[in-house]
Amino acid sequence: MSALVLDDITVAYQRHPAVHHISGEFASGSLTAIAGPNGAGKSTLLKAIMGEVPLASGRIRYGQYQQRDIGYLPQAAAIDRQFPLTVADTVIMGAWRTLGVHRAVTQDVAAQARNALQAVGLAGFEQRPIGSLSAGQFQRVLFARLLLQDAPIVVLDEPFTAIDSRTTHDLLQVILSWHQQGRTVIAVLHDFEQVRQHFPSTLLLAREIIGWGDTSAVMSRDNLTRAKAMAEAWDEGADVCQPEVSA
Amino acid sequence: MSLHELLISPFADYGFMRRALVATLALGLGAAPIGVLLMLRRMSLVGDAMSHAVLPGAALGFMFAGGLSLLWMGLGALIAGLLVAVLSGVISRTTVLKEDASFASFYLVSLALGVLLISLRGSNIDLLHVLFGTILAIDSQALCLIAGITSLTLLVLAVVYRPLVMECFDPGFLRAVGGRGPWYHLLFLLLVVVLNLVAGFQTLGTLMAVGMMMLPAVIAQLWARTLGSMLLIATLSAVLSGYLGLLLSYHLNLASGPCIILTAALLYGLSLLLAPAGALRRFFPLPHLRN
Repeated sequence: MSALVLDDITVAYQRHPAVHHISGEFASGSLTAIAGPNGAGKSTLLKAIMGEVPLASGRIRYGQYQQRDIGYLPQAAAIDRQFPLTVADTVIMGAWRTLGVHRAVTQDVAAQARNALQAVGLAGFEQRPIGSLSAGQFQRVLFARLLLQDAPIVVLDEPFTAIDSRTTHDLLQVILSWHQQGRTVIAVLHDFEQVRQHFPSTLLLAREIIGWGDTSAVMSRDNLTRAKAMAEAWDEGADVCQPEVSA
Repeated sequence: MSLHELLISPFADYGFMRRALVATLALGLGAAPIGVLLMLRRMSLVGDAMSHAVLPGAALGFMFAGGLSLLWMGLGALIAGLLVAVLSGVISRTTVLKEDASFASFYLVSLALGVLLISLRGSNIDLLHVLFGTILAIDSQALCLIAGITSLTLLVLAVVYRPLVMECFDPGFLRAVGGRGPWYHLLFLLLVVVLNLVAGFQTLGTLMAVGMMMLPAVIAQLWARTLGSMLLIATLSAVLSGYLGLLLSYHLNLASGPCIILTAALLYGLSLLLAPAGALRRFFPLPHLRN
């Protein structure tokens, strides 16, 4: 069964496709890495899945879930880390579906937040201002918020960029435990070795699909060379893309 | 001069000073938390732009009423503010222009239009009233309007506090969990910012109204580390600036609006030096802790 189906989707910036005619499906409970060179459209694809950028064509089907059932970790730079919130405040945001606009934070939710912080190695950090955390600690906080969200589908945009190896190792364990619990996990990653070691499926992207499936088959040297060449191609005078009409 | 004469009798002896004090306190209670949220949203200058944007509406109210009518000018200002907020939002979502750029263009047009409209019908004295407020000439009707706006503001902020803070901190997250963030942002901008500018415009004038929002907010950011204490310090500084500013204006016979804002500016200056996040701390470092 599919958790998420991409049906011929294209996202364009100023008419140039950032991702072009992508079709395929993320199986329910799968653990997929999205890999590819810079400018390959990896983050754009995630933003399209999250409804943050409009589709130029195609559609996304969310199966038995809705878009808001997806737990999403954007790139770290997107958040103001000097905002005057405590670690606990930030993690408890993950309980939005339970708390809504004005329900009070219950003992139960506070305990879940404590457990989530413990799971990411930040026990006792509840009352610390987020401004005092290191980049790695802040990323752990965002993972704790995802834990509280308890989402069946988790989408991560470069979760390990500018993070130390110890934190990367710990958070990778969290991702693997999500996979074991049967959640569908999709992560944009730069470290090909990490992809090969831990992610059973890979979508190799260079604005188009270079390969999507079993990681060892997809991450071949030929595919990687092709991906690099295609991501660098940029034709100002490109023709209008005409869909092929099947006979 | 006794302490009583210095601090209390101006308000005990004169009704216009009492009304001015109540208006200022009400304004501070509503405007300061808004300023904090605008600042955290990195929209500090949007308040300034909006304060200019309400001018043509006030001018139309002025022309419609045939003179200085706080009610009509307030209503006109409100409509003009709403129009600019919505149009700026629409433009930033449908073109490449960012929200601050579309605000900037609208407020300049509004300012020119407002000054032109007022100069068509009024005298320079009228223009000064609109630009710098009439806090010492506030009647009971205007006082009720300002107090009503503050009450509504605090009520709305209390109800939508959580999504508003989430929308300020991480709009992408709120959108992802289906929290309808843009609607709270719009509600905040339309109802709260514009309404408070209308209240501020009646007391301090269009140009200085935003001072009561932003100066307390920046003072608070220098002192506080949590959002709760930031809101509290901002409100206290706004209230204190209002009270001290009015006293200053009374005793030294100076214009009251600028006195209030300059008192806030003085508090800001002191905070810049003395606050934990201020400049002097660099020269007198405290010993560091063990852990």
